[in-house]
Amino acid sequence: MTARSIALTIEQVAVRFGGLVAISDMSFTVGEGEIVSLIGPNGAGKTTAFNVMTGFLRPSAGQVTYQGATLTGLKPHEIADLGLIRTFQRTSVFPNDTVYDNLLIGLHRQGRVRLLDAILGLPGARASERRLRQRASELIEWVGLERRAHDAAGSLSYGEQRLVGVALALAAEPSMLLLDEPVSGMNASETHRFVELIRSVRDRGITILLVEHDMPMVMTVSDRIVVLNYGRIIAEGTPDMIRNDPAVIEAYLGHGAGRA
Amino acid sequence: MRAAVTILAVAALASVPLWLRDPYLLNALITTGIFVIGAMSLNLLLGFTGQLSLGHIAFFGIGAYVSALTSLGFDVGLPGDVRLVHAPWPPIAGSLLAILVAGMCGYFVGLLSFRVRGAYFVIVTISFAEVVRLVALNWVELTQGPLALTNIPSIALSLPGIGELTLRTKMQNYYLVLVVALVAYLLIARLVHSHFGRAMRGLMENETLAVSVGIDVTRTLTLAAVISAAIAGAAGSLYAHYIRIIDPEVFAFINTVTMVIMVISGGKGSLAGPVVGGLIFGLLPVALRPVMAPEAQWIAYGGVLIAILFVLPRGIVPSLAQRFIRRRSGAPALASVALTETGAKEPA
Repeated sequence: MTARSIALTIEQVAVRFGGLVAISDMSFTVGEGEIVSLIGPNGAGKTTAFNVMTGFLRPSAGQVTYQGATLTGLKPHEIADLGLIRTFQRTSVFPNDTVYDNLLIGLHRQGRVRLLDAILGLPGARASERRLRQRASELIEWVGLERRAHDAAGSLSYGEQRLVGVALALAAEPSMLLLDEPVSGMNASETHRFVELIRSVRDRGITILLVEHDMPMVMTVSDRIVVLNYGRIIAEGTPDMIRNDPAVIEAYLGHGAGRA
Repeated sequence: MRAAVTILAVAALASVPLWLRDPYLLNALITTGIFVIGAMSLNLLLGFTGQLSLGHIAFFGIGAYVSALTSLGFDVGLPGDVRLVHAPWPPIAGSLLAILVAGMCGYFVGLLSFRVRGAYFVIVTISFAEVVRLVALNWVELTQGPLALTNIPSIALSLPGIGELTLRTKMQNYYLVLVVALVAYLLIARLVHSHFGRAMRGLMENETLAVSVGIDVTRTLTLAAVISAAIAGAAGSLYAHYIRIIDPEVFAFINTVTMVIMVISGGKGSLAGPVVGGLIFGLLPVALRPVMAPEAQWIAYGGVLIAILFVLPRGIVPSLAQRFIRRRSGAPALASVALTETGAKEPA
């Protein structure tokens, strides 16, 4: 880690559901412009951690700060307003709308006009609408879904729906993107394209936190990896360090470690 | 193409009083038109945000009472020996106040009940309508209770160059309702096609995702509730000044059910749906009356409703539009197939 300024800080976060401990004591940071992966076996608490960071779940203890602002207690849409945007494992699109309309919905944060202006169709509202349409087309082009722009998002393949999900998240103009298992359900070539996409997102100065099971993908794309098991962090470091960490190999990678 | 259909429909509706001289039928058209406006406002909530308000008639009734009381004047005692006296205002002021008060009620009901969604929202709205009905029934000093408010003045417009025009004839009232309905239609159309409408649709389809891209649930839903209630209040005001007598029966549950039937049969979430469904189920009783015994009329009414929902389950307008598109493109539209499939999985 170089002297990057810190974007996201997770401090001693714990989440308990009744007697079940989902996260016991988690602290780590993500630097500006970094790609960090959060990995761990199923049930290790990765998605729970995401839900805490994005306000969908309130932690039992500890706090999350993003660019100096405390996130604990904020509603999800308020956290989105701070530029912290996430994607979801499964429910990643608005199924009944076309891909194009999905992006227009995703551009909500950019399209805020006064209600009366919108109803009366005043020039300001119309100009804003034109900008949104322009931006939606750009985003579709950027994820390479031009041909599906006017199909219902629910009729797309899983891989394509993932791309829509990422485009939707980007539409919200994030300064940091949290991706929850973005390549699950993608084939090798789709995954390869997706890695390129993540890199170009980062090159735009967007910080990325990734939860993913696809080890080769994680090892290729990450600057740093945080390994979670049974709700606690068992290792943290560069892909090379993680690959050779005995605790990680035992807990998670098992005999697959050599291949990764 | 769509614009052409709309203009033709409006022209057809505008021409009706020119060839239809039967006052009974014209009266049926006016009251149906008023209920169509109510149905359009319900559709904004039910069709575009997915929230079922089963107390929607409350906003309609509040609009009717506010409008009537403003234009009739009242003199009531309040706790602490205070008397609240209000001299009659022109009916048009009553209408504006009706829209305002109904909208405010929509705000409070929305704020209260959108914290608890789905079935809870349905219960809260039913309770709200029932409470308002009981107030109208029992606050006799203000509302005359079951004795009804009578002699409500007709709406008078002051037109530049013509002077005051009191809308007494059926033809005048027909055009008034048509104009208000058009304004409501355009308002809703503009709203649902703006970014507010997209926020509503996003919330209906995938709330978690909508929230994650920065859409504020409470604000969006409350806004829809306010506009919906305000339009219902406008319809109620039209009703009060046209019928010129209102009693607490205006809050009856069956009136909400009628509006729900209009929306669902016509096609919720389609702009023209409540208009088509509203005209059918508003005029059906009138059409059945001369040909059937009263008992048989209601059976036929139910039969028509079931038949429509059986043949066109998504409502008349969306189903027919889909067939039309399919025939033109020559092949079943994949997108719309997926649309019905995912629609079925949608949690209530």
